[in-house]
Amino acid sequence: MALSGMRGLSVFISEIRNCQNKEQERLRVDKELGNIRTRFKNEKGLTPYEKKKYVWKMLYIFMLGYDVDFGHMEAVSLISAPKYPEKQVGYLVTSCLLNENHDFLRLAINTVRNDIIGRNETFQCLALTLVGNIGGREFAESLAPDVQKLLISSSCRPLVKKKAALCLLRLVRKNPDVVNVDGWSDRMAQLLDERHVGVLTSSMSLFVSLVSNNHEAYWSCLPKCVKVLERLARNQDVPQEYTYYGIPSPWLQVKTLRALQYFPTIEDPNTRRALFEVLQRVLMGTDVVKNVNKNNASHAVLFEALALVMHLDAEKEMMSQCVALLGKFIAVREPNIRYLGLENMTRMLMVTDVQDIIKRHQAQIITSLKDPDISIRRRALDLLYAMCDTSNAKDIVEELLQYLGTAEFAMREELALKAAILAEKFAPDLSWYVDVILQLIDKAGDFVSDDIWFRVVQFVTNNEDLQPYAALKAREYLDKPAIHETMMKVSAYLLGEYSHLLARRPGCSPKEIFSIIHEKLPTVSTPTISILLSTYAKILMHSQPPDPELQNQIWAIFSKYETSIDAEIQQRAVEYFTLSKKGAALMDILAEMPKFPERESSLIKKAEDTEADTAELSAIKSRAQQQASNALVVTGQQPTNEPPQVTQLGMVKIPNINMENNHVDQEVAQTNGITGDVEPQNADILGDLLSPLAIEGPPGVSGTETLSEDGALALAPVGEQENAIKPMVDIAERFHALCVNDSGVLYEDPYVQIGIKAEWRGHQGRLVLFLGNKTTSSLDAVQAVILPPSHMKLELSSVPEVIPPRSQVQCPLEVVNLRPSRDVAVLDFSYKFGTNLVDNKLRIPAVLNKFFQPITLSAEEFFPQWRSLAAPPLKLQEVVRGVRPMSLGEMANLLNSLRLIVSPGLDPNANNLVASTTFYSESTRSMLCLVRIETDPADRTQLRMTVASGDPTLTLELKEFIKEQLISIPTASKPPVPQQPQPTTQPISSSDPGALLAGLL
Amino acid sequence: MIHFVLSISRQGKVRLTKWYSPYTQRERSKVIQELSGMILTRGPKLCNIVEWRGFKVVYRRYAGLYFCMCVNQEDNELEILEIIQYFVETLNRYFGSVCELDLIFHFHQTYYILDEILIAGELQESSKTTVHRLIDAQDSLVEAAKEKENTVSYIIAQVAS
Repeated sequence: MALSGMRGLSVFISEIRNCQNKEQERLRVDKELGNIRTRFKNEKGLTPYEKKKYVWKMLYIFMLGYDVDFGHMEAVSLISAPKYPEKQVGYLVTSCLLNENHDFLRLAINTVRNDIIGRNETFQCLALTLVGNIGGREFAESLAPDVQKLLISSSCRPLVKKKAALCLLRLVRKNPDVVNVDGWSDRMAQLLDERHVGVLTSSMSLFVSLVSNNHEAYWSCLPKCVKVLERLARNQDVPQEYTYYGIPSPWLQVKTLRALQYFPTIEDPNTRRALFEVLQRVLMGTDVVKNVNKNNASHAVLFEALALVMHLDAEKEMMSQCVALLGKFIAVREPNIRYLGLENMTRMLMVTDVQDIIKRHQAQIITSLKDPDISIRRRALDLLYAMCDTSNAKDIVEELLQYLGTAEFAMREELALKAAILAEKFAPDLSWYVDVILQLIDKAGDFVSDDIWFRVVQFVTNNEDLQPYAALKAREYLDKPAIHETMMKVSAYLLGEYSHLLARRPGCSPKEIFSIIHEKLPTVSTPTISILLSTYAKILMHSQPPDPELQNQIWAIFSKYETSIDAEIQQRAVEYFTLSKKGAALMDILAEMPKFPERESSLIKKAEDTEADTAELSAIKSRAQQQASNALVVTGQQPTNEPPQVTQLGMVKIPNINMENNHVDQEVAQTNGITGDVEPQNADILGDLLSPLAIEGPPGVSGTETLSEDGALALAPVGEQENAIKPMVDIAERFHALCVNDSGVLYEDPYVQIGIKAEWRGHQGRLVLFLGNKTTSSLDAVQAVILPPSHMKLELSSVPEVIPPRSQVQCPLEVVNLRPSRDVAVLDFSYKFGTNLVDNKLRIPAVLNKFFQPITLSAEEFFPQWRSLAAPPLKLQEVVRGVRPMSLGEMANLLNSLRLIVSPGLDPNANNLVASTTFYSESTRSMLCLVRIETDPADRTQLRMTVASGDPTLTLELKEFIKEQLISIPTASKPPVPQQPQPTTQPISSSDPGALLAGLL
Repeated sequence: MIHFVLSISRQGKVRLTKWYSPYTQRERSKVIQELSGMILTRGPKLCNIVEWRGFKVVYRRYAGLYFCMCVNQEDNELEILEIIQYFVETLNRYFGSVCELDLIFHFHQTYYILDEILIAGELQESSKTTVHRLIDAQDSLVEAAKEKENTVSYIIAQVAS
């Protein structure tokens, strides 16, 4: 071993290691980067050794997570150094620092090519490795012929050849056309005759890639693959160094077995017989041994062989042998084998008809659903889902429901969706289906998407026998002390439609139904209030003869909401109020919903669409969407018949107009006019009333496609509508930053920058919006409209319609916080530049924590308060899972930054944090809030949180607010898809007017 | 194919990263952060596979160090798991009972060894002997150049130029 000593580098690494904290490390790194920069600048004095050393240091710094963009050029330039030591460093560091999308790489193509076609074997190796690891399309087009030539050259030694094979594989992946299939298939067959196991391994990888694109061209290679397998299986002519724990290259075996799976079938009887002999040997001859590595290696081959057997759909006997093996695997102790056993059983279900044999293992699979390992639980869930049919649906779904209570955050959404789908697909009777869905909502309301409860409503609407049962069930759930909002929605809907069917039962008179629903109204969100109003209207309609007391109660509510700040609620209140005064006419208008047309379940469709997605991702996505849509007061409750885009715009603008001129009569008249028709499609003018269901569309409207698009739009987060002008900043990230800071940039695109500066005093705040025009021409049709949430009063001073070139206007915005709430105000900002109309909806960072005043309490002050707020609803406790892991210090910083001031040492347990603050709003005045967080040092992803204050709403809102901050919600950026490079963002030059404007703020 | 190789210490420090699919610097740190959160918190006696963003990450722990490789969902997990073992065995042979410090102070050697084992996210060479021989040859090339640099005639030539 020769470890070329490089003292300077070792000293630097030691110093970094000695840094006590991240701050010190950063300082040391900055110092070193400064040093490297200056040394590179006056390059003259730099010896090759020094240059090497600095490039290594840069790579080390890069690994620590710092940017070293300035050094890319230096690394790339070393590639063209004449001597091996520098060249080697240049090649390696370049392939670590850059990826195929960096422009710098282009500079190197020529040098790399010269090294590949040159005579120096070591240089060839370096160049092939670089291209193999980070070569992109351009490399593929200019280098593929040279690499191919090397690969088939007879004078080329194995060490170069195997690199050339994998290099070509990369180039083929980047552009499959660089290999001309016609000429190449014979060459490929020759390569598979190779005796050298190292070269053969690389060639086989190349072959797998080629044959996966086009098996037709490579039939001649098939027998060669079987030969390779025979050679390995019999351990003929395999050098000792290529056996791994006694197994002849397991990797080559796996790859060859994989390659064969790309051929649809094997026709030649001799080849087929030879192959099955090998497969039989693998299936029978693989034993579980003590040595874990040997075990893994032999089972790697075994699982690949299983996959090939399944693919070839071998004789019944061999198939049942496979199932028997898998049945054994899912019960073994070794977790990897258990995992793979479950996975392969699921695969097996897809290709062959072995359902009945697999069902015998159902009990074992259900046990795996309780495995301590989430990976295994996921596989078990997938398998149960795949093997479910009418015969076992009841058992499986009930298991899933039971598991739902304890399942972790990451799996719940998937679990809920799957249970719902199975219940729908295989329900033995419909009342069972209703039971399952209601239980689902009850146990995991947060994870039940709207589709699920829409679907249950459809079923109930379409099945008259089911209606009294469903209404009764809904009524029962309302008796529970705390119910989920989704449950509230579905029960309110069902009871509105069908509670009259229960009227003779105790506790089910219209009045009782009304009061039990109305009791919950203060706890629900705005969209649910709309549903409740519809329910009240329906109850009113069904109470015949009219009950004057009930009528007055409901009318009082309608007239209260006539002045609601939410346009949807306001409109409903106004319309229902007027309608309900019309007496008998009400009966026609508010009649029961007609049946929905039968169509494919949107759930099943959704499941198919998201199959590729991991459960986690989709859960997070939908949560982010929920948040975004909460932020926007108008939650996409659109009339169904309009094209989506119009609706979106319409919904935003309408409220202002409506609020100012209440043309109620006229509107009602219109509504009446249309509703007078008895044709079914018009019954849905109340679709507005029941708008969430609009996702399935009203009867009689053709074209499911457009409608489901509608639904999708309703879920789309704020600001996702297509603008031709893209923002230059991450809007979500800017919003989050401004939630903590009081000034900064809220939004920026090539033409406009919006900055914010805020001051907060008690329950009031004064924000100034700085609208800056970055261009040299003026911006027209500038509009800024505030969409306030109900808990806040917002007044924006007038915004000029035109912003002159290169200038900035300031618009003060007064904020008054009325009640505690996490809802967020939205600024709808639009302008015209040239022919582009740009419209953005931006969340305004006037969030809960802005109304906090920090306060530090001593133990004498804290504990009496803590004790006096003893029980819910003033004090709430929750175990939070899926917390983004952070140290206690980081968590304390996070809380402090939200103005929840942590009192260190107040809690005797060092793993706990105690914080306090005062909250201001008009309704609560100043209110002390206390928070305690108990963390688990063994598992940083979960904690228990207790929140107390003198106001129940505040306690609830604050608890949810802190929870949102602790659970990591990635910003909406797309996950990296390795195969599809994303373009790098454009750097902003310092002469950019945007940057200048930012300086002004 | 292997999309990337990571080596992370139990404390979450990154010891080695190699990316065979294009990720930007920002994506890279995000990936590392996410996977550290997932993998370092897993208890012993669980399987060596975690599912992540539609991929699978196969990992193995050696003392305080985790080696992780990210592959496609349909790839053979056990095969990858043994590539990790084979890589670590090769490191062990080169450094002589390898420890985390070796990988810290000689991180460049680790990269050279990895480059002899994997290219384009595929296994290139499965013989430890061969890899060892090639790395030795590289080392002696570097040594030879160094010796040449130290000769008097070379130094004179440098000064003169």
